Amino acid sequence: MKIIKVLGPGCPKCEELMKRTELAVRELMIDCSVEKIADIRQITDYGVMMTPALVIDGEVKVSGRIPSLEDLKKLLG
Amino acid sequence: MNWKSEWKTLSWIVAIFLIFFYLPIDSLRLRGAVIEALALTNWYAREHVVLCLVPAFFIAGAIAAFVSQASVMKYLGAKANKALSYGVASISGTILAVCSCTVLPLFAGIYRMGAGLGPATAFLYSGPAINVLAIILTARVLGIELGIARAAGAIIFSVVIGLSMHLIFRREETQKVNARIAMPEGEVTRPLWQNAAYLAAMVAILVFANWGKPDDMTSAWYSVYSYKWIITGLASIGLGAMLIFWFNISGIPVILTGLATAVFALIFPHIPLLAFSAGVIGLSLILSRRGDESGEWFSQTWSFARQILPLLFGGVLVAGLLLGRPGGEGLIPSQWIVRWVGGNSLESNLFASVVGAFMYFATLTEIPILQGLIGNGMGKGPALALLLAGPALSLPNMLVIRSIMGTQKTFVFVLLVIIMATITGYIFGRFF
Repeated sequence: MKIIKVLGPGCPKCEELMKRTELAVRELMIDCSVEKIADIRQITDYGVMMTPALVIDGEVKVSGRIPSLEDLKKLLG
Repeated sequence: MNWKSEWKTLSWIVAIFLIFFYLPIDSLRLRGAVIEALALTNWYAREHVVLCLVPAFFIAGAIAAFVSQASVMKYLGAKANKALSYGVASISGTILAVCSCTVLPLFAGIYRMGAGLGPATAFLYSGPAINVLAIILTARVLGIELGIARAAGAIIFSVVIGLSMHLIFRREETQKVNARIAMPEGEVTRPLWQNAAYLAAMVAILVFANWGKPDDMTSAWYSVYSYKWIITGLASIGLGAMLIFWFNISGIPVILTGLATAVFALIFPHIPLLAFSAGVIGLSLILSRRGDESGEWFSQTWSFARQILPLLFGGVLVAGLLLGRPGGEGLIPSQWIVRWVGGNSLESNLFASVVGAFMYFATLTEIPILQGLIGNGMGKGPALALLLAGPALSLPNMLVIRSIMGTQKTFVFVLLVIIMATITGYIFGRFF
């Protein structure tokens, strides 16, 4: 099971990434948990400075931008 | 009904109901204010959207899509040269912090993983004031000298504030996080000078399309003014050529867009908005269908527009309602504003800084609000003080800053910002 985390303090861009990630997960039908992390201290603990960021299984895959749905599927698949 | 989850909604509904129930609909002041709000929004829609905001969004989108943020961050890392990191922190807001919500994570990152307290607070102070959209709109709406003073003041004083914070708290060892800065790097596809030339073409379009008519007919500014559409056109042709040769966009749609723009320019030479819109629509149609980096450029541009436009126009409506157009009056009487922030006394500068520091401004809305205040008699000094203290701080973001660096440091930082903004405003007000 993949553990996916969306990091962002709650700006519109982070909400957008969350929405797209959930959509990608649904379309791929993969077994995973998606969690939103809004606490800035926790965000920096991942080494992320540019939000929104996407963390898959503890590894920062995207930082500072919203990837397209296709890119997200590639990252998750 | 579940009271715990619904009480917020209910109280909003009750509050809005009460406002409309007791609305003094016959009051002349209210009626005047509503007209003022609509007139101000009308003026923004006519003067600032097509020629100024739209190209500014494209520039901000291009910066987000093409300028490598990782290359900037390496100057703010833990091992960075200290003197250099202050300089980079104070100016990097131009390209890093287009949206105010990115400022806080960056600040937290620089503080906990990177160059430390000084550069982090320098960035926190200057970042929101010098992002491209803020500079462009400030200069366009509030005048070029306030625009320049805002950018220069933010850069200079951010270094002073950063250094002061560093000196005041130099004994304290911050517990650094042992995380490496994670910055997945996109591949570099184009040399730096090509990116620079392409940004320069867009900046030229923005600057010359908005070139104001000078009063003096004989000055050099006036000859620039009379050729402004020709210069804008040349810059647009240059941009089109770059898109074809450097961005691998097929030539035919670009040339068709150019032709459509030229046709509109020839048929309606006195309505440049039409030709400009044709160019923008053509460019958007070309870019939005692409999946590569130019598509990324457009999607970044669009996300800025979608995020900022509703806030900005909401802000313009509210500012118009409360303060009216320049020369007009909204719900708040002009003499109150003159009493609090008129002239350029130390007290009015201080008042503007304190209010700015605690009040929350959504991205760019500080500009219409200030325009209303200036129109009602606010001095230029206090205006700058508010611009410098306002976007950098607000009550909600003070709470976040406190959770990152503690109460004591936050208190000193807020104090420094208020003092610096007051002094800068006072000095600026003496000269302009």
